[in-house]
Amino acid sequence: MSDTKKTETFGGTLIFVFIICLVCAALVSISAVGLKPLQQANKLLDKQTKILEASGLMEMAGADIVGTYNKYVVAKLIDLDSGTVIEGDVNDFDERRDSRDLSKSIKPENDIAGINRRANSAVVYLVNNEQGQLETIVLPIIGSGLWDLMYGFVGMNADLNTVKSVIYSADFKETPGLGAEVLNPNWKALWPGKKIFNSEGEVKIQLVKGGAKKDDVHGVDALSGATLTSRGVTRTLHFWFGKEGYGPFIAKFRATAGGLK
Amino acid sequence: MSSDTKKVLFGPVIDNNPIALQVLGVCSALAVTSSMANALVMTIAVMLVTAFSNLFISIIRNQIPSSVRIIVQMAIIASLVIVVDQVLKAFSYALSQELSVYIGLIITNCIVMGRAEAFAMKEKPGVSFLDGIGNGLGYGAVLLVVAFFRELFGFGTFFGIEVLQLTQNGGWYQGNGLLVLPFSSFFIIGLIIWAIRQYKPAQVEED
Repeated sequence: MSDTKKTETFGGTLIFVFIICLVCAALVSISAVGLKPLQQANKLLDKQTKILEASGLMEMAGADIVGTYNKYVVAKLIDLDSGTVIEGDVNDFDERRDSRDLSKSIKPENDIAGINRRANSAVVYLVNNEQGQLETIVLPIIGSGLWDLMYGFVGMNADLNTVKSVIYSADFKETPGLGAEVLNPNWKALWPGKKIFNSEGEVKIQLVKGGAKKDDVHGVDALSGATLTSRGVTRTLHFWFGKEGYGPFIAKFRATAGGLK
Repeated sequence: MSSDTKKVLFGPVIDNNPIALQVLGVCSALAVTSSMANALVMTIAVMLVTAFSNLFISIIRNQIPSSVRIIVQMAIIASLVIVVDQVLKAFSYALSQELSVYIGLIITNCIVMGRAEAFAMKEKPGVSFLDGIGNGLGYGAVLLVVAFFRELFGFGTFFGIEVLQLTQNGGWYQGNGLLVLPFSSFFIIGLIIWAIRQYKPAQVEED
């Protein structure tokens, strides 16, 4: 059907492949570079939405996520081991990058959350109310679910004991209908008012298989059919509120009566 | 529309369905059919990739040295898939989070490769493009039917809108746990193939 039947030569093939690679590479780079600003804006918006959701400001924010976020939320970079606020650009901090960098992360001694490496720093979000008083503290958490790591945020009242919300990011690999039910609004509604610590300061929060007792301030119903995801959530919380997580930060925060400036 | 065009465009929906008759691309049909929204986005993505890879491969079909043709096809397909993934990340972030892995796996979707090798290498660009759209439609038709049943009976919803209220949300309907899991698609795809072959006995293979 074509009269331009080519005779294949080694050189011709090489040149052809080279040209194809060049064209394809150009196409991919143009789309990646050209769309990057939009993608980064999306990513930031998604994070800000999650933080507002964790602090219960979503209804008030309505469509104005960025404005509300900028008005009420202050992000602070902290050093996890000492619990102190450190200098640094919070927007530049990337947990996924730092936790792969051996000089910027540690291997936790008691890695119950299954994260393998933990970045030395973390960003915490202090959320103020209309009067400018600290109302909520949003702490990022990471831990293994059934299939892979799950990223999320815990919204805490200013006492750093009472839970306001547990919000997971949807980019996990948990099974839809089972583990992925951590996104179910009815399950999320079980969290407000639960206490992380008991009066001795031990981490007691847990998901209870078969349903938590009504007066159990440390227990939340486990997800039915998702034993391993539920266990992952419990362990994630135990890790992050323990001494290798936000423990030092919480101690410092209480000692200075929230005077982190 | 001439009958030839129609045949290329709509033939793959029932008569020559890539999943039901050619049995290609089944793996991704299992993974993305837990909700209608996912299935729809996946359909559009596969349709675009198949159509454009067919188009480009057909344009250069007489220049491709046959010793490296599969690699050249892969390079084109892979580039298109990356572009689709980037566009999705820029314009539909929430869906891209759920689908990103599977979008990447379009590269290995046998439909794209199969059409490039079987059709675009022989036919003119215009008709190859339509063939890509047609096969995307055929793939999507099966995906959407599977997703319809899985979402409705597994989660009680249709495009995320509650139809059957689940017991865990205080309703009466006990979600079907089997349909929530990916492998349940095998049963539905099996039933679809059976239904199509009842209607078109010519598709039944000889023993």
